[in-house]
Amino acid sequence: MSITAAAAKGDTGFQVRSLYRSLLRQSREFALYNYREYAHRRTRDAFREHQGETEERAVQELVQKGLKELQMMKRQTVVSQFYQLDKLVVEGGKTGKQTGKSGGIVRQKDQGWD
Amino acid sequence: MSNVAPTVVRQAFRTCSRRPSYQTHPSATSRITSCIASRSQGRRSYVSESKPAQATVNIETTIKADQRAFLNQTGKRPQDEIMPTTGMSADAMMSPAAGTTSDCFIKFALYADSLCLGILKQATVMDEGTRPIYLDMQATTPLDPRVLDAMLPFYTGLYGNPHSRTHAYGWETDKAVEQAREHIANLIGADPKEIIFTSGATESNNMSIKGVARFFGRGGKKKHIITTQTEHKCVLDSCRHLQDEGFDITYLPVQNNGFVNMEQLEAAIRPDTALVSIMTVNNEIGVIQPVDEIGKLCRSKKIFFHTDAAQAVGKIPIDVNKMNVDLMSISGHKIYGPKGIGACYVRRRPRVRLDPIISGGGQERGLRSGTLAPPLIIGFGEAARICSEEMEYDSRRIKKLSDRLLKELLALEHTSQNGDPQHRYPGCVNVSFAYVEGESLLMALKDIALSSGSACTSASLEPSYVLRALGNSDESAHSSIRFGIGRFTTDAEIDYVLDAVRKRVTFLRELSPLWELVQEGVDLNTIQWSQH
Repeated sequence: MSITAAAAKGDTGFQVRSLYRSLLRQSREFALYNYREYAHRRTRDAFREHQGETEERAVQELVQKGLKELQMMKRQTVVSQFYQLDKLVVEGGKTGKQTGKSGGIVRQKDQGWD
Repeated sequence: MSNVAPTVVRQAFRTCSRRPSYQTHPSATSRITSCIASRSQGRRSYVSESKPAQATVNIETTIKADQRAFLNQTGKRPQDEIMPTTGMSADAMMSPAAGTTSDCFIKFALYADSLCLGILKQATVMDEGTRPIYLDMQATTPLDPRVLDAMLPFYTGLYGNPHSRTHAYGWETDKAVEQAREHIANLIGADPKEIIFTSGATESNNMSIKGVARFFGRGGKKKHIITTQTEHKCVLDSCRHLQDEGFDITYLPVQNNGFVNMEQLEAAIRPDTALVSIMTVNNEIGVIQPVDEIGKLCRSKKIFFHTDAAQAVGKIPIDVNKMNVDLMSISGHKIYGPKGIGACYVRRRPRVRLDPIISGGGQERGLRSGTLAPPLIIGFGEAARICSEEMEYDSRRIKKLSDRLLKELLALEHTSQNGDPQHRYPGCVNVSFAYVEGESLLMALKDIALSSGSACTSASLEPSYVLRALGNSDESAHSSIRFGIGRFTTDAEIDYVLDAVRKRVTFLRELSPLWELVQEGVDLNTIQWSQH
């Protein structure tokens, strides 16, 4: 079944998977590390928790809830991107090496421990 | 012309800078002049027109422009930097592939690397940031994005005064405030009418203790208050003020594990006791007091029971009716809500009567006059709703992280946990590192935001009075550090903290002469220190 046909038929599985993907994609947009990680983790755990849900009505309610969260995340990621701070010490891998061209920022490092 | 010229020059510079650098300067200057000349021949106008795309505000392009500006401001990229004396870019110097051409080149690159490390120490190229990890959740918690989302409409458009009864602005805000009140009441199993909004837990504590004492002490009959030595500073200070007003205060000692002794409490109760105030979860050691038993005892003796639950609400299940609590203090910013808002639960049946500290327009049942702050209250209400919805998920996760942190920290030698290991809130881990000065460890752990005790007392170098009340020695109280774990703490952060603590505790101990003595097997208590 092609994607468009599935969407047109209102296939719940397709709907849910699409919502999951959009939630995960949106969660990456948080500027703050802790919120980003939490949004990702919470989305994943919530979907796993209700994996075995079979009742149509319950699924629809959960989807509605997910859509609300998605709208909230869309607004809040924009807000968080306007007020960016320096990254946390745990971010960007364990090595502290420059990786790729994105986010290539030279930072001051003055923690008193060389 | 005066308006046109700067833009033209700027444009010319832009086109020139894009050209490869091997072109010589004379041609560049001639190009500028030709640009100006060709422009000035054309249409003459005093206002330069802007592109329609620039005239409208598009959120995505604004964010991108903002990010670009941020990048420019923060620093330079390694590929753009030419290393001094080498003529190579910083990127090439750091690349591991740079050494593959020949042995000689490797040596040169290594030499250059060490050279430039010295020169560019101030500008180390790092993918990691420098902002410390936040592990002080007992002091305050980050604002949940969902809470901010609920608050923003009330900062931007819905600005009505909730006490205005004559127009829709007031009604819509009032409705939202009442909804928030209901969320908070649901979280603690109370009736919405029993929630009084205040500015925070400190005000709630002051209101409860001073209010009850002054109301019932008026006739001179009930002049006695019982509290414990490990309470928060605002409770202890309120009691001290009441002492000046002629009240009698009993400060109960606590056991080594932080619990109140129930027999001692029962013995301390007198016929003229008005109030017992004991906190639910301690802010420094995380011990959960047996509030149910205390509530039952107080109810049977017809004494009011106040509990400071700022650290407990939203983190452990609380039911004011099951616990027989008469007054309870709640704080907004400890449950991922906004700062500057709190609440006080005041029981209606049997009614608790208070003497209000703030008098005025008679809002909040006359107990706390003054216009409410709708955005903060709505944020607080949303935070409470999220807490009751997520409590199971959050506590499971916090327990997991906390257990791992505690296990690994106690695996270090000469470390001990403060407070009862069983009956405690897992999000608060208080550990003593013997033979290390707590403040110097905090300084060494600059990349982790920690505290040795309550934020109110963190400015002073005095050892924590809570740990002293547990019977810890001065040295042990000095070497204690509190780790606070919350909803947004990640596994990677715990890993980082464990690694950092392990390394730096060892490092600081290596410096310490006391540690040397301990390693040699000398008992420090037997040493006769010479007097100066």
